[in-house]
Amino acid sequence: MSLEFSAEAQKKIAALCERYPTKQPVVMAALHLAQKEHGHLSDDALRLVAATLELPYAHVYGVATFYTMYRREPAGKTTIRMCTNISCMLRGGYDVLAEFEKRLGVKKGGTTADKSLHLVEEECIAACANAPCAVVGTKYYLDLTPDQVQGIVDELKANPHPESEVV
Amino acid sequence: MADEAKPPAPTGMTRVDVAGMPKLVSARFQNEDAKTLAGYEKSGGYATLRKALAMRPEDIVAEVKASNLRGRGGAGFATGVKWGFVPKDAKAVHLVCNADESEPGTCKDRELIYWDPHLLIEGMIISAHALKAVHNYIYIRGEMMREYAVLAKAVDDAYARGYLGKNILGTGIEVHLTVHRGAGAYICGEETALLNSLEGLRGQPRLKPPFPAIKGLFGNPTIVNNVETLMNIPFIVDKGGPWFAALGPGRSGGTRMLCVSGHVNKPGVWELPIGISFRQLIDEVCGGVWKGRKVKAVIPGGVSMPPLDIDELDVPIEFDALQNDERIKPVMVSPTQKFDLGGGRLLRSMAGSGGVVVLDDQTDIPQAVWRIMKFFAHESCGQCTPCREGTGWLEKVSRRVAEGAGKPADLELLASIAHGIAGNTICALGDAAAWPMLGFLTKFRADFEAKIKQKGKAA
Ligand SMILES: Cc1cc2nc3c(=O)[nH]c(=O)nc-3n(C[C@H](O)[C@H](O)[C@H](O)COP(=O)(O)O)c2cc1C
Ligand code: SF4
Ligand code: FES
Repeated sequence: MSLEFSAEAQKKIAALCERYPTKQPVVMAALHLAQKEHGHLSDDALRLVAATLELPYAHVYGVATFYTMYRREPAGKTTIRMCTNISCMLRGGYDVLAEFEKRLGVKKGGTTADKSLHLVEEECIAACANAPCAVVGTKYYLDLTPDQVQGIVDELKANPHPESEVV
Repeated sequence: MADEAKPPAPTGMTRVDVAGMPKLVSARFQNEDAKTLAGYEKSGGYATLRKALAMRPEDIVAEVKASNLRGRGGAGFATGVKWGFVPKDAKAVHLVCNADESEPGTCKDRELIYWDPHLLIEGMIISAHALKAVHNYIYIRGEMMREYAVLAKAVDDAYARGYLGKNILGTGIEVHLTVHRGAGAYICGEETALLNSLEGLRGQPRLKPPFPAIKGLFGNPTIVNNVETLMNIPFIVDKGGPWFAALGPGRSGGTRMLCVSGHVNKPGVWELPIGISFRQLIDEVCGGVWKGRKVKAVIPGGVSMPPLDIDELDVPIEFDALQNDERIKPVMVSPTQKFDLGGGRLLRSMAGSGGVVVLDDQTDIPQAVWRIMKFFAHESCGQCTPCREGTGWLEKVSRRVAEGAGKPADLELLASIAHGIAGNTICALGDAAAWPMLGFLTKFRADFEAKIKQKGKAA
């Protein structure tokens, strides 16, 4: 089934095409938009980006599979990115990650049964002075301890911050 | 990069006056009002731009050269010198801000963008004028959604007010700025990978030369500078290069953002005098090591840099000192062979990104090293065999050692893999994995040996 971009996304893509000498550089933003509107980057979503920017499918596929934020498979609406890199590890980041796994009932990389929350073990998110930390869309959770995790899960279930709001 | 004579390492600067140092790039931190265009202007913002637009581009470059500003992205290369590489007859030039900040332990650029987006924009417009660059870009890391939103709004506001566009402030000068979002890849912080990513390609580094200043974005001469580097430009133009140079020691002008994380009582991000020692930083700025413990190791500027031990903490945090100060022991390839950076130059450490990570005396060093190696194995772009295969092996073998399943020969194995990567790859990610591996083996060998012995006992 062929997919389409919303009128708003088409406008954004057209505006971005003005900012570069060719359409190719817009592929990253177009992939972000396609993922926002279609949940993940299926083959059809890649075809949509390729057709919109007049790029070969193989090129779009190559870009989509290089970067970790692009998803080829469906996942939860909201992604919790929990850092376990050095500064976070030194202050208990792995314990907080384990607590997220327990409270969400999924392993890292997994999505909750209700398809709402997706848990990712992240590399450094540039908030190391407040380690351990996590980021969800535009919101940072800083200086985390395992006993804060259930509260965060409840908060996100009630009021998600879909990362896709920012493109 | 250009050859430079070995500079004198500033020494004996173990105490500096922290309170007396002016705040430049962090002056607007915690000031919600100054994040808006109106608030920024009220606090003096964009006044320097007016001054700069009346200056000749070459005079701005001369001030930057005189300022001794050195790149804050990791390599510490002199900014004015780099700008000078752009060919005089270039038809189109681009300025690209590297806002990909993802070196573990580093968290300053994100704060700088969040608190003072217009300072970055003002710095970029002035720099673009100096470089005669019309189409310019900020490459921001994909995960930084909050900061992207802040920056995108600030750029829109700057266009609306005439600071950006075809004819800025009626001067006839054309400067455009576009914020480009990444999508998750540490390697896109490397400047040529970043340029490929900006062009809509996979973020894989290019072979150098040609350097971006000669042939970069869309084939045109391109200057890539870090966020903090560009945010210092308005101060240099406002107060003059010599004023800026005098703030710092030796050949390092200005102040420096340092991010301290790990086992200290008060982790944080501070703008500090260049040349403060690690000891003064930890004890006086960060309230000492937590839980009444002692320092075991300090990562001086992001995990790519060889670590320091407790006997090396009096060294000033300054680019040349970290490379040349003889109080820092050289990194070894084996207990008897020093690592050679080429031409007999020794590897001690480097100032890197300003991300200082403190490890206390109860830290499991092999486990910390495994986590660092896991990061590099995950982030290798896969183009060069030594890096792709080597980082994978460093992760596997260091994990085995960390888990207490290592063999005595594993330490030689780790060293030989690291040595095989270093200097043999397209970009510096290979070195970034190899150097800390060898550095930890050099200075904390006993910790690895103890882990391996434990296994002997259990068996
Ligand atoms: C693997 C790797 C990652 C890097 N990541 C960053 C980064 O996130 N931010 C940055 O400013 N520079 C990074 N750099 C350094 C850039 O290649 C480049 O030297 C720098 O952006 C130049 O700016 P400066 O001269 O203002 O420091 C990285 C280098 C390497 C090899
Ligand atoms: S050194 Fe590693 S990251 Fe750099 S180009 Fe080679 S494989 Fe890619
Ligand atoms: S190491 Fe976790 S945010 Fe940097």
